[in-house]
Amino acid sequence: MNALLGLAGLLGFGLLLEVAPRVGLVPERYFPPTSTILGELAGQVGERAFWVAVGDTVLTWLLGLAIAVALGVVVGVAIGSVPLVRAATSSTIEFLRPIPSVALIPLVVVLHGSTITSTLILVVYAAFWQVLVQVLHGVADIDPVARDTARSYRLDRWARVRYLTWPTALPYVVTGVRLAATVALILTITGELVIGSPGLGQLIATARQSGAVPAMYALIVVTGVFGVLANVVTRAAERRALHWHPSMRAEVPA
Amino acid sequence: MTAVLTRVGLALGLPVVLVAVWWFASAGSTDFFFPPLRTIVEVFGPTWFGERLVDDVLPSLGRLAAGYAAALVLGVGLGVLIGSNRWVRAVTEPVLEFLRAIPPPVLVPVLMLVAGIGNGMKILVIISGCVWPILLNTVAGVRAVDGVLEDTCRTYRIRGTLRWRHLVLRSASPQIVTGARQALSVGIILMVISEMFAASSGLGFTVIQFKDGFQIPEMWSGVILLGLLGVLLSMLFRVVEHQVLSWYHGSRTAQKER
Amino acid sequence: MLTVDGLGKVYASHGRRVEAIGDLSFEVETGSFVCIVGPSGCGKTTLLRCCAGLLPPTSGTVTLSGSPVTGPPEGLAVVFQEYGRSLFPWLRVADNVDLPLRAAGVDRAERRRLVDEALDAVGLGDAHRAYPWQLSGGMQQRVAIARAIAYQPRVLLMDEPFAAVDAQTRADLEDLVRSVWQRLGVTLVFVTHDIDEAVYLGQRVIMLTSSPTRVAEDLTIDLPDERDQLTTRGDPRFTELRGRVYAQIQKAKLEGKAR
Repeated sequence: MNALLGLAGLLGFGLLLEVAPRVGLVPERYFPPTSTILGELAGQVGERAFWVAVGDTVLTWLLGLAIAVALGVVVGVAIGSVPLVRAATSSTIEFLRPIPSVALIPLVVVLHGSTITSTLILVVYAAFWQVLVQVLHGVADIDPVARDTARSYRLDRWARVRYLTWPTALPYVVTGVRLAATVALILTITGELVIGSPGLGQLIATARQSGAVPAMYALIVVTGVFGVLANVVTRAAERRALHWHPSMRAEVPA
Repeated sequence: MTAVLTRVGLALGLPVVLVAVWWFASAGSTDFFFPPLRTIVEVFGPTWFGERLVDDVLPSLGRLAAGYAAALVLGVGLGVLIGSNRWVRAVTEPVLEFLRAIPPPVLVPVLMLVAGIGNGMKILVIISGCVWPILLNTVAGVRAVDGVLEDTCRTYRIRGTLRWRHLVLRSASPQIVTGARQALSVGIILMVISEMFAASSGLGFTVIQFKDGFQIPEMWSGVILLGLLGVLLSMLFRVVEHQVLSWYHGSRTAQKER
Repeated sequence: MLTVDGLGKVYASHGRRVEAIGDLSFEVETGSFVCIVGPSGCGKTTLLRCCAGLLPPTSGTVTLSGSPVTGPPEGLAVVFQEYGRSLFPWLRVADNVDLPLRAAGVDRAERRRLVDEALDAVGLGDAHRAYPWQLSGGMQQRVAIARAIAYQPRVLLMDEPFAAVDAQTRADLEDLVRSVWQRLGVTLVFVTHDIDEAVYLGQRVIMLTSSPTRVAEDLTIDLPDERDQLTTRGDPRFTELRGRVYAQIQKAKLEGKAR
């Protein structure tokens, strides 16, 4: 039922954007009707340049995300497992985290120019904090009773990380990945748009400069689709990773 | 006393060490792109506390404040409307999910087209990026109003404005704050890149100009200023959050202790 | 007078029908104190929510002073079991008590007087500025009772209000409810699963069967009006009545299992 209503909502939204410019409610020059955008999209899909750009964007996005997640998990577990280190680094983390990654744009451009490397640095910087903060929460969430049990059975440090820290932190890691995936996509597109590294963002910038308005909208729709995909996939992963967690069990209707 | 000293030591220790390392490691730097920290600090004052404060920094922050405030009003208002009606929610959900998933920076070229490159465009960009996290979190918050409290309001005939103010908005406030926090970081990003893209003044514009003019120490000082602004705004946000949600944190702690 | 006539409630979800209340009829005289007991899961809360106008019945009617209850009626207050969730955690104690009065349009001075009196009556005269979650469970339920007192209802419904507080607090709260009832002259319907509590508090005890719920027995409690924890509970008549209610509930449970 809800799915039908939602579909109706989507269709209605598309129809509104089709009719509004046609009847002159908004200028057609700036707001091309839905059919024009979809037609343009179909045309783009047939072109090699489009797929190259998609490939570049996805590569930057996933590579950045992977590096950020790996870094975030390693650093997070290392810092989180030693209370003294955690206490000593918390103020630094709280300070570095809110620094907007776009502040780094001039720096990376000067150092690396309009390359994927530049965008990748922005992506990793922004996504890293999302993962790190979640991992730190996760490591702090270890049940004290479970920790004492592990100690009394004389599990060594490695076994404790493997059988205690990691399973407890895993759901948090997945949440971190979900948040990081969104942020990474935003910064990927931003980098391409502003720095001019190859990808969909760069195509959007080119489309704007050449006044190809429908193409611009078509490309924006594609970025939106990627955004939705990222949300859907990571939310599903989150549900799987969390299935044992009390907060998930509570959500099962009685 | 020693406990306080230990905490201060732990909080300040690493930052001091890091800055000191940067300071001394860069002291004799002849690398064009990595000037000594000393030089950056020296140009910081003259660069930002003169005319640029009034011409660039304050207008940027003003646009951010205007866009963010408008997004808050719009997001909470629409969120309450959508969240409190099951049908409206079901119809709008996929559309909203899609609009939210569009990376906000792509709105810059679109809105440039429609609204030119003036203040209006930049504020519009900030609004249209910030509104989604606030809106969607408000919807989720309004949905999660506690059933017993809802019944309490019904039996005691608490209706209309009183109900909106004391039941719906307050119940949703923890979620609204979460959305507002996400929106703030999106807002800062949009403030900067809307100026990098097309502007003749503003923080983002000035930093890019330094870059293009290879005024590297000035550029570094701009990067540091942007960082400091980010940190400052997030601290400000925390103070406000502490005020607005003191009841929430208090009751959470009380629950855990039972 | 509160009249429940042929009340039935069926929950239907995912193609399954659960008959919570079969066919219930009883009357509650104006100004009387009636306790409703039944085995756990017998639809007591459903009954109370129907009486409060929070839940539309599937069949039958609830009538209050001659007019049918279709939504929450005026002059009716409810004290819920979940005290932790029925108080507004973002309002201070005094504001929690005050809010229904503001909604009713009572003027400021009068509201102040009513809030002060109600909080004094429940022994929380010094907790005006505390938040509910800073108080113990028993004290939170006192706040909920104070809110009901200040509202000056003609009918007060209580849904297992002391199920989640410890035994000693519970005895204090029982005496508090008795004194509130005597002072306000309010019609009080008190739902509980505790047999002792029902006999100790009520002028009448209505016993319910397992669901689908019906009235098993309607018993008048002929104990003196002045009751206290020590002498009343020591009274042989109390023991006798308690035994009778107990037997009836046991029977209801067995019948419920047999079905």
